[in-house]
This record gives sequence, C-alpha cells and structure tokens, in this order.
Amino acid sequence: MTDLSMPQTQTRSQSNTSKIALRWLLYILLGLFALYYLMPLFVMLTTSLKSLEEIRTGSLISLPREVSFDAWKTAWSGACTGIQCEGLRPYFWNSVLIAVPAVFLSTLIGALNGYVVAQWRFKGANIIFSLMLFGCFIPFQVVLLPMARLLGMMGIAGTIPGLIFVHVIYGLGFTTLFFRNYYVTIPAELTKAARVDGAGFMRIFWSIFLPLSLPIIVVTVIWQFTQIWNDFLFGVSFSQAGTQPVTVALNNIVNSTTGVKEYNVDMAAAIIAGLPTLFVYVVAGKYFIRGLTAGSVKG
Amino acid sequence: MKRFAFATVSTLAVVAGSSVVAEPQAEVLHWWTSGGEAKSVAVLQEEFASNGGTWTDMPVAGGGGDAAMTALRARVLAGNAPTAVQLKGPAIQEWYEEGVLADISSVAEAEGWAEVLPASIAGHMMCEGTWCAAPVNVHRIDWIWANADILAANDIEMPSTWEEFNAAAEKLQAAGVIPLAHGGQSWQDATVFEAVALGLGGPEFYQKALVDLDPEALTSDTMIQVFDQMRTMRGYVDENFSGRDWNLATAMVMNGEAAFQIMGDWAKGEFLAAGKKPGEDFLCASTPGDGYLYNVDSFAMFEVEGDDNRAGQELLAKLIVAPNFQEVFNLNKGSIPARTDVALDAFDICAKISAEDMGSTSAGGSLLPSYAHGMALRGSQAGAITDVVTAHFNSDMSSADAVQQLADAVANSY
Amino acid sequence: MSEWLENHLPKVVLAPSFIAVLIFVYGFIGWTAWVSLTRSKLLPKYEIHGFIQYERLFDSPRWDTAINNLYIFGALFIVIAMVLGLLLAILLDQKIRVEGAIRTIYLYPMALSMIVTGTAWKWILNPGLGIESMVQGWGFPNFEFDWLVNPDYAIYTIVLAAIWQSSGFVMALFLAGLRSVDGEIIKAAQVDGIPTWRIYTAIIIPSMAPIFLSAFIVLAHLAIKSFDLVIALTGGGPGYATDLPATYMYAMAFSRGDIGQAASSAMIMMLVVFAIVVPYLYSELRAKND
Repeated sequence: MTDLSMPQTQTRSQSNTSKIALRWLLYILLGLFALYYLMPLFVMLTTSLKSLEEIRTGSLISLPREVSFDAWKTAWSGACTGIQCEGLRPYFWNSVLIAVPAVFLSTLIGALNGYVVAQWRFKGANIIFSLMLFGCFIPFQVVLLPMARLLGMMGIAGTIPGLIFVHVIYGLGFTTLFFRNYYVTIPAELTKAARVDGAGFMRIFWSIFLPLSLPIIVVTVIWQFTQIWNDFLFGVSFSQAGTQPVTVALNNIVNSTTGVKEYNVDMAAAIIAGLPTLFVYVVAGKYFIRGLTAGSVKG
Repeated sequence: MKRFAFATVSTLAVVAGSSVVAEPQAEVLHWWTSGGEAKSVAVLQEEFASNGGTWTDMPVAGGGGDAAMTALRARVLAGNAPTAVQLKGPAIQEWYEEGVLADISSVAEAEGWAEVLPASIAGHMMCEGTWCAAPVNVHRIDWIWANADILAANDIEMPSTWEEFNAAAEKLQAAGVIPLAHGGQSWQDATVFEAVALGLGGPEFYQKALVDLDPEALTSDTMIQVFDQMRTMRGYVDENFSGRDWNLATAMVMNGEAAFQIMGDWAKGEFLAAGKKPGEDFLCASTPGDGYLYNVDSFAMFEVEGDDNRAGQELLAKLIVAPNFQEVFNLNKGSIPARTDVALDAFDICAKISAEDMGSTSAGGSLLPSYAHGMALRGSQAGAITDVVTAHFNSDMSSADAVQQLADAVANSY
Repeated sequence: MSEWLENHLPKVVLAPSFIAVLIFVYGFIGWTAWVSLTRSKLLPKYEIHGFIQYERLFDSPRWDTAINNLYIFGALFIVIAMVLGLLLAILLDQKIRVEGAIRTIYLYPMALSMIVTGTAWKWILNPGLGIESMVQGWGFPNFEFDWLVNPDYAIYTIVLAAIWQSSGFVMALFLAGLRSVDGEIIKAAQVDGIPTWRIYTAIIIPSMAPIFLSAFIVLAHLAIKSFDLVIALTGGGPGYATDLPATYMYAMAFSRGDIGQAASSAMIMMLVVFAIVVPYLYSELRAKND
C-alpha cells in the first residue's frame, strides 16, 4: 500500500494551490448541504411571518413583503384547538409534565439495565438484552389497542402517569442499548477491583459508573426527549380532555379538515411546538457529539 | 390546570350530588378545531353552560376524524369512554352493535325529533328503533363551484349535464384556463366520483351501486361510463393536483386560475373568508343530474356511569337539535340545519338552494347518503371503493379494469 | 437473606424491565397474532376464523404496493442516509471553522415533528409552488421536478424527506466515530505519505464497523416505523402509490374499522422486521462474546 502511494506525493507549491481549491470546494459542498437542510425551516419561518392574504396570492417560498408576528401570537395564545382558543400554551405544560419524568425514569432504568447487561453478565443476560432490543422495532400502531385495555385495567387510562408509563416502557429498549454499549467499553477489571474492596452492586453503580456516565446520559436524554416530546400517536390515544400534549394541540390547529386554513399560524405553531427540542439540540449538540464520541457508538 | 379545575368540579358534584339534582356534565370528543368551526361549537358550549352544565372539551383533529376515532377506540377499550362523540353515518350503528352507545329516545321523543327531521336523516340517528345520536347539520356534497368572471368572459353557463360540463371544459382549456380545480387526495377523488356516479347513473343507480353494493350495478356499463367520465375529467385537472389540499383548489377558483371545483359546501366558507360574494364573485349549483348527496354530522352518546353524565347527555342532545343552535352553527359552518323548521332568512343563496333541494329530493326519494364522506357504507367497504377510484384516477388504468377491481375489492372487504 | 439479595441483585434489577418487555412487546405481539386470526371489525373479537385475514391481505393490490414501497423506501433510505451521513462527517472532520453551527444545521431536522415539516416539504416539492416553478422562474422553462405528483416517483420524495430528517443524526454518529479513532495511527500514516482518501478507506472507515451497525439499527427502526412522514407529505398518494405497511395498518385499524385485517398486516410487518433484525442481533452479540 505504502509503496504504491509514495510516488504520488506532490511538490509543496502544487499541493498548496490544490489545497486552497480543495478547501473552497469543501466549504461550497458544506454550504450546499446546509441549504438542503435549512430549506424547510426557511419556508416555515417566512410563511409564519406573512399575512394570510399574501400567502393566498403570493408564491409560497418567497420572502414576506411585510413582516408580521401576529401569527406567532395567535399560535401561542389565541389559536383555536377546540372550543378553547388559547393556543398552544395550556398544552405545553402537559408535555413538560409528561416528558420530564418519562425521560428521567427511562434514562435511569436504562442505565441500571445497561450496567447489569454490560458488567454483571449472568447466564441468559444476552438473550434478555436481545429480546429488549427487538422491542425497539415493534410498530407502535400494534400496541395501541391492547395497551389501552391494560391502562384501563390499571386505572391510569387518560392520565399523565399513564402516558409517562407508556413512554418509559417503549423507551427502555433504546436507553438500555445506549448504556450497555457505553458500559461495555469500561474494563471489567474496574468492577472486579471494587468488589474486592467490598463494594456492592449499587455502590459500584452510584460511585463509579454513574459519575463516568455524563456523556452517555446527554445522548440518552436528547434521544428520549426528542422521541417523547414529538410523539403524537400515544399522546392522542392515551390522553383525555386536560391531559393532551402539545403535539395533539398542534395537530388540532394544523389538521382541521373543513375550516379555513391559516397557514401562517400553522407554521408558527409548528415552530413553537418544536422549540424545546430545537433548543436541546442547539445547546446540547456539542455534548451530544462528545457523548457519542465517548463510547456509546463504539459498541 | 384545566384538569385540576375539572377535578374540583367533579368533586363538588359528588359532594353535592347526593342531595341535589344531578349537575349535567359532558366530555365531548370532536374534530371541529378550525376557527369558524370552533366558534360554532363554542355556541353549543355556552348554551350548555347557561343550562347549568359543565363542558369538558376533547378536540382531536386530523384525517377527517381518523385521529379522533383512534382516540375513541383507545378510550372505549380502557373503559373510559367520552360522554359524547362526533360520529356519523353507519359508524353510529357499528358502535351501537358493540354495545357501547346510550339510548337518548326519551329526549328525542320529548322534543319531537321525528316530526322535524327528514326521514332519511332521522334513519341515521336510530339504532334498532331507539334514538342513539343527535344530528347537527346537513352538508351537501354534490356542489359545483365556479368563478363568475371566468364563466362570463368565456360565455359559459353553469352546466346542467355532464356533456355540457365537458364542452365547457374544452372551451376553457382552449382559452388557457384550468377547467377543474382539484386536489388529488383520495377523499377528494371520491367526492368527484360520487357526484359523477349520481349524475350519470341517476339516484337509483347510485343507491344500487354505492349504497346497496349490488354487484350487477358495480360492474354495469353505467359504471364503466362513470369511470370514462373520471378519465375525461382527469384531463381537465392541472398537472400539479396531487396531494393539494381542497382549500388550495378553492383558492385557484377564487384567483381565476381555474373555473370549477366540485366540493362539499364547506368550500363556501373559504370563498366567504376571502370576501367573495355568492352569486356575484362565485356561483354555486348542484352538480349535473338529479338527486342530493348529504353528509350529516352528528353526536352519539356513549354509555357512561353517573347521573351527572347522563344528565349531561340528555341536555346536550336537546340543545344540539334545538332551533337556535341549528341556526347559529350552520351559519358559521356553511351547511344547513338538519331540522326543516328553521327559518333560513339569515342564510345565503347557496344554503337556500340546498335547503330547497333537500325538501324536494326527500319527497322524491333521491335524498341520498354520501359514500365518500362515510354516510352510506361501513368503513371497510367505503375504503375499498375509494382505493379503486383513486388508483384509477391517478394511473392509466382502463375503465373496464377499474370496474373489475371495484367488484373484487368490494367482495374482498367483508 | 441479604447475601442472597446481593448475589442476585443484578437479576432483580433487570427483572422488572424484562417482565415489562415480555408483556408489552411479546404479549402484545401474541395478542396481535390472535386477533389476526379473527374477523374483528370495529373492536377486537376473540373468536378464531382461520387465515381469512391473510387471504384478504394477499388479495389486496394496495398491500402489494405498500410492501414493495417498504423495500424501495427502506433500502434507499438506509443506504443513502448512511453514505450521506458518512460523507458529511468526513467533510466536517477537516477542521472546519464554523463546525458547531453547520453541525447544528445538519442535526436540527431530527428535532422537529413531521406533522408540520411535512407541509413545508409538500410545498417545496410541489411543481406549481416550489422548486420547479422557482427554477423555471429563473429562466429555465424546461426544468422539471414533478416527483411528488408522479405516481411512479412519489415514493422517492418520501425518501428525500426521510433522509433530510435522519441523515444529520447519522452524521453525528459517524463524526463521533471519526473523533474516537486513534490519532497516532493516522499521523503515522500521514508520515508514510499515504494519501488522505486511502487513510479513510483503508484505516478509519474499517475501524468504525460498530458504528455502521448502530446507524443501521436506528435507521432500520425509523424506516419500518415511518408513518407521520407519509401522512404529512403525500397522505399515501397519488392514489395509494406511497402507502407503506405502517400507513396501511393504521388505515385499516382506525379509519376503516377493520382490525382483523390490520392485525394480519402487522404480523407480516413483524416478520419482515424479524428477518432483518435477528441476523443482525445474532452476529452483533456473538462478536461481543468472543
């Protein structure tokens, strides 16, 4: 290999010009891709700032002639999601009440599971792990009806605890996978040494593994938060009046069938509903890559 | 926060309930969430509240009620059914057969619903002889909307036969106008299809083919003609129609890009919202041919525990059919009242035509349920037909093949 | 007693999750299998009627379309998202000045729900409203981009939007992988004068094999569950040209009141998943044990 490529080594000046050209090419490529990723957001933003009249008459992907934030105000606190015309605001809180405990619980349980599967292997642990992993792939439409039945029998149908329960159950596969892949990279000798020193199962977890886990916790939390915050199917099926999450309200604003469509409000509502997840990605994005780098993907 | 308020109210009701008369309350599942619709339902809620009731709103929009039906199934299976649910057509009877609907005959008889509702509409509200649902409105489906200026400029009258329609369309196409504004979503394809079937085949054919699902009618030459006409009309639609929302198609008629649209009377709301005047800026007429296709929205009451809830159901049913709500709601929504004794002075010309035709077709037996909007058939049969209709319209399938597939799909849907 | 607990604690900790998975995944799969043998309509019934639902399923032209679409969509989506994700990760790994910002731009689509980005995509891809009319407006009247409204190509627009949503995540996975490759080896290779592309193809990429597997699992799971995307972008149309098994099942179960039929389609979906995932899990876990 080395022999073949040796003669291709170029002289310094040649490599400099080509280096600059390459650099330019690189940035142009990255820029083009950025355009591809930004296009829908651009359309959503500009539409949300236009008046309904302008949307009806103008091109859908042009810049607004007159910028107006009315649609944003309406989406947040005035759009009708039913007979209440209070916008997304009341539903936002429901989503927080669902997402925060569900993310916390599924992450914690995932961490414990991953710790067991990676460090305390017992006979059959791998089979249990693969059974759990396969659970990631079950289409959620399949579980709706039997789940509804069970939630009813447990007496938590239509409640926020019920929704938290569902999200925790179906998040376990992925959280366990993340933590297991992370903990597998930690040498087993560490656990062994700690045990020799007399530390027990929980003690080792709390004082050795958990402090090491920050990167993977970030990854898991981002993943789970995005999944749970954006969930619509469970939210619509297992909620009742007063417990509906923000995605259901968003859907009510966006998907009305026989009324007049206010696209500017739709788009503003969509961006508002997505703000928490966007925020998490922007702020924690750096740690996300770091967390992934730290081992979760090394498998 | 609403949840806490609700909890407090129900605790109060329980405390008070032992000595005082039950306080009506209802959790209402519906999919009327857009501005105009929501306002209309709010009218009902206000009346409900002023009669001492507590209304808990459970709106779920999307897919013409698909998402709401998903939620409903989950709620019923969990033993936690909402008090009142927006349901329509044979779905009411289907739910009744599952044994989950409440009987509201006492209200219906006290209020004399049988006298004020057209017989065919009353039929949808009955389950094995008892009343199980309350009608809200009547949407007419077989409307054709037109841009008045374009028709005048091209010297075209509103068509009264499909041949006239085709001739007008050719003329418009030659003049560089899109003849038919259409959105290629399967329910919109089905809406046009049923209007054509009614127009070309007549009410009797429609009844046999799309209500009774008579295999002979489904494979008849008339049905082949219907598909031929659909193929012809495919040529009158612009290239970019796929997936277009119905209201964008309406906007094309408004802006003068297109001349006609075939759509239910909610399209009127879109014209009115843009400040257009019926009879001046836009025209409305029934699609060519006899008959009247209706879509009746209604509320069914589910079997629930507690006197409060039952009181709520009875009050709600009473208010829904009462003349005041029927008038206010339908003025907002573009439809007409289900009861025939509401004065129509406040309504526009299109609504008056609709009401008049409803009366005459009801007497003549050509007041028919819309299949495309879930009034004529159960879900799996209607869906099977729509699959074929939309596959035919969006491909180059021949009419003979389509008819064959139609018969197969219907047979396979039971 | 406490010694027993200490010895068995790992199992005790894992037990609740295991039981939950047994009930809520496998129990429900079993329930679905049962219902798929019945004639359930609006609500589930439990009286067995044989394989009638499977016969109906295989007689349905719409199901054929849905399952074919799953193969086309799944294969293209997984392969392109991986290649693109890897490419972007390599490009971003060249000590780019504004890496943080660009990375966020590539990653943000994952954060947004398709309920609405679907509408934006619908406009962009619509020939009369979006790219086609824009490019034509720039003076290229013959430019054509009508995939969305063409029954033969509409499925590719779903692929396009799905890649938009997920490739950033894959990029993040690969970027993390690139960052964790031992820098010493790369330096040594550079000193030897090995061209950069050879370093990537011969050293770095092979060392990231586990990441390909992680990416595969995430993408395969997204492909099979793709649902919102189709509903928001095409609603399954034109006709039912972009139906996928998940949308077929949902339509049968919830808009048509044909739960038996939905259950049978779900079982076939599960079989497809099984056929793809089990070999992966097998090889993955065996490799770990060695």
